[in-house]
Amino acid sequence: MADIDPSLIGQWGPETHMVVELGKIREFARALQDDLGDDAGEQPVAPPTFLMTIAHWLGDLGSTRRGVRLDARRLLHGEQEFEYLRPIRAGDRLTFRSRTKDVYEKQGRRGGSMVFVVSETEFRDSEGAVVAYLRNVSIETQESPPA
Amino acid sequence: MTSRLPLGPGTVLGPLVVGPLTRSDFVRYAGASGDFNPIHHDEEFARAAGNPTVFGHGMLAAGVLARVLSRVVGYERLRRYRVRFLARIWPGDTLTCQGRVTGRSEAAGEVRIDGELTATNQRGELVVRGEFSAALPA
Repeated sequence: MADIDPSLIGQWGPETHMVVELGKIREFARALQDDLGDDAGEQPVAPPTFLMTIAHWLGDLGSTRRGVRLDARRLLHGEQEFEYLRPIRAGDRLTFRSRTKDVYEKQGRRGGSMVFVVSETEFRDSEGAVVAYLRNVSIETQESPPA
Repeated sequence: MTSRLPLGPGTVLGPLVVGPLTRSDFVRYAGASGDFNPIHHDEEFARAAGNPTVFGHGMLAAGVLARVLSRVVGYERLRRYRVRFLARIWPGDTLTCQGRVTGRSEAAGEVRIDGELTATNQRGELVVRGEFSAALPA
């Protein structure tokens, strides 16, 4: 069963700084077999899902689910959303913070309950303007996930 | 700037075919993204959790799917991208990614196109369903 601290639900976590690096964008794009187009240059727009690389600045993506600890063996990724108020480019210096917005249980198809965790990460640029949001729904299943 | 076609409801995106995906592709994505959940590369861990073998990150499939937006729409115009994960990706899977523009809307003082995307495997199973909104040039 998920380990939940209700007092932390809804609370923003600590801020983390990240630099959007050209080499990291190229490495991430290569993992998606994405050539970034012919006109990428030295300040390409990061691919749409690039903000997942906050894992490198956090050590563990699980820390975006503040106040909730899930079992990696039974963890499913349900949904992911990216909202951009402006494009993210190589050279951007961002500050981000995360909060758990909601935790709820649902009955699974195989009996037993599943725990759903909704989290949000907010990104600001060096001027303090919000530039993007990352939103995640993670699921902890009761039993071994179906093959 | 890549030349782009006029965008509107009915515009088709893709198809883009990627695969067959390998365990090396999963490891490359783990390294690039920093998501080292062992279920995606550690055979023993994956089996102990009840899986026949390792499976790829949902975000690998979602990242590949977003590539159908790169040329016609352009990443710099993307305002929203949302995905739901419906099936896992296994070693050997090939993904067919496609989408279409379904409508127009206005938000934050700009005209936007909205659309839907799908990634389907070689067995015909829907792996990722996505939706997007992107700004049209003024």
